[in-house]
Amino acid sequence: MSGRESFLLDGTPVPFAPGETVMQAALAAGHYIPHLCYHRDFKPHGSCKVCTVRAGGQTVASCTLPAQPGLEVESATPELEDNRRTLVQMLFVEGNHFCPSCEKSGNCLLQAVAYELGVLSADLDHLFPSRPIDASHPDLLLDFNRCILCELCVRASAEVDGKGVFALSGRGIGKHLIVNAESGRLVDTAIAATDKAVDVCPVGVILRKRVGFAVPIGRRRFDVAPVSAQAKGDAPRPPREKERR
Amino acid sequence: MTQSAPGRLRVATTSLAGCFGCHMSFLDIDERLFELAQHVVLDRTPLTDIKRCGPCDVGLVEGGVCNAENVHVLREFRRNCRVLVAVGACAINGGLPAQRNHLDLGTCLQEVYLTEPGLARGCMPDDPELPLPLDKVHPLHEVVKVDYFLPGCPPPAEAIWSFLADVVAGREPRVPRELIRYD
Ligand code: SF4
Ligand code: SF4
Ligand code: FES
Repeated sequence: MSGRESFLLDGTPVPFAPGETVMQAALAAGHYIPHLCYHRDFKPHGSCKVCTVRAGGQTVASCTLPAQPGLEVESATPELEDNRRTLVQMLFVEGNHFCPSCEKSGNCLLQAVAYELGVLSADLDHLFPSRPIDASHPDLLLDFNRCILCELCVRASAEVDGKGVFALSGRGIGKHLIVNAESGRLVDTAIAATDKAVDVCPVGVILRKRVGFAVPIGRRRFDVAPVSAQAKGDAPRPPREKERR
Repeated sequence: MTQSAPGRLRVATTSLAGCFGCHMSFLDIDERLFELAQHVVLDRTPLTDIKRCGPCDVGLVEGGVCNAENVHVLREFRRNCRVLVAVGACAINGGLPAQRNHLDLGTCLQEVYLTEPGLARGCMPDDPELPLPLDKVHPLHEVVKVDYFLPGCPPPAEAIWSFLADVVAGREPRVPRELIRYD
């Protein structure tokens, strides 16, 4: 590692390779920065703002911030953690998140990040929106109630699957996930259960049918270890490993 | 457990639109109930069958607010309890009962009591004793100020114990990270 340049994350030196973002370098070194829309296999999107840090006198998303030698980055400050909690709480009340009956529970990134931040309650007025599910596809279920608008499925379907099945439509509080078919229904798209877009959804929106609750409580991803202890697993993979997939 | 004793905390509990699962989880602290009994006197709770809540140190409320009576009981708890705690998923976000929130209440009642296939002679319940349902099920904090939240469906007995032990010891309650869960 000697000879590599580094920046400071909450006072700890973090080495980085040229072109890496603060998020990528931090995760690769095993330092967790809370995040939702960042994913190791995709270009950073910078939309959820959960990863916001203070650096160089500015408040910026660490997933899009290029690492620079000597940069001083603050992440785990009470103020930033407070902001993160509020962002996560807003996501909970904007949708309908009933974790006890959600197949994704225990494997869900939103839930895991909320645990990590010590969120005991959304503590805001719930909007309880009405968002009918789409069960039209024989192998897949779409439950729009839990969408956090991270656009990972949009990116995966366009960039990896080459199908462009998903998009976000509308603005502000009216923003929502749509399916790219004239009928608007998933069954009329080319999506397959093996698509990257299905894999990548961090919450319980895009679900495979007939496999729910297969893993018992206690053995699900975030039962085993909190999200902060799995930082390295979220780091970008070396190119060779990617090819093998 | 009910006789008053100086220095003991008064605790009340109730279930609104809940399933009593949180109360069961409270009982799951098992033999620590004996230890708790040294420090706590129970006021209104299904365990004592006391019907009205008096001035209390802690009120543990399970379940969300789905009808007029729930509002009434919750306000009684808020008036009387120094520390009001929302216990469990339903108290915190409405939980399972709140999954009717995107449906029209009238349509719901009609389907359940009048048009559901298999109902012999369905009729809309209209006994004046029955509390009127609200059009939506609400988490507690949307109706009154809530001081603390114990998430989980139900919260693990350990989380309930950890909270009570902190309060009894006069510490600021702090549920350990590993006991925070929403399911
Ligand atoms: S998507 Fe995650 S946060 Fe939402 S209900 Fe499912 S487990 Fe809970
Ligand atoms: S469906 Fe899932 S992957 Fe797609 S935008 Fe919503 S939360 Fe993100
Ligand atoms: S993870 Fe950086 S903005 Fe979402």
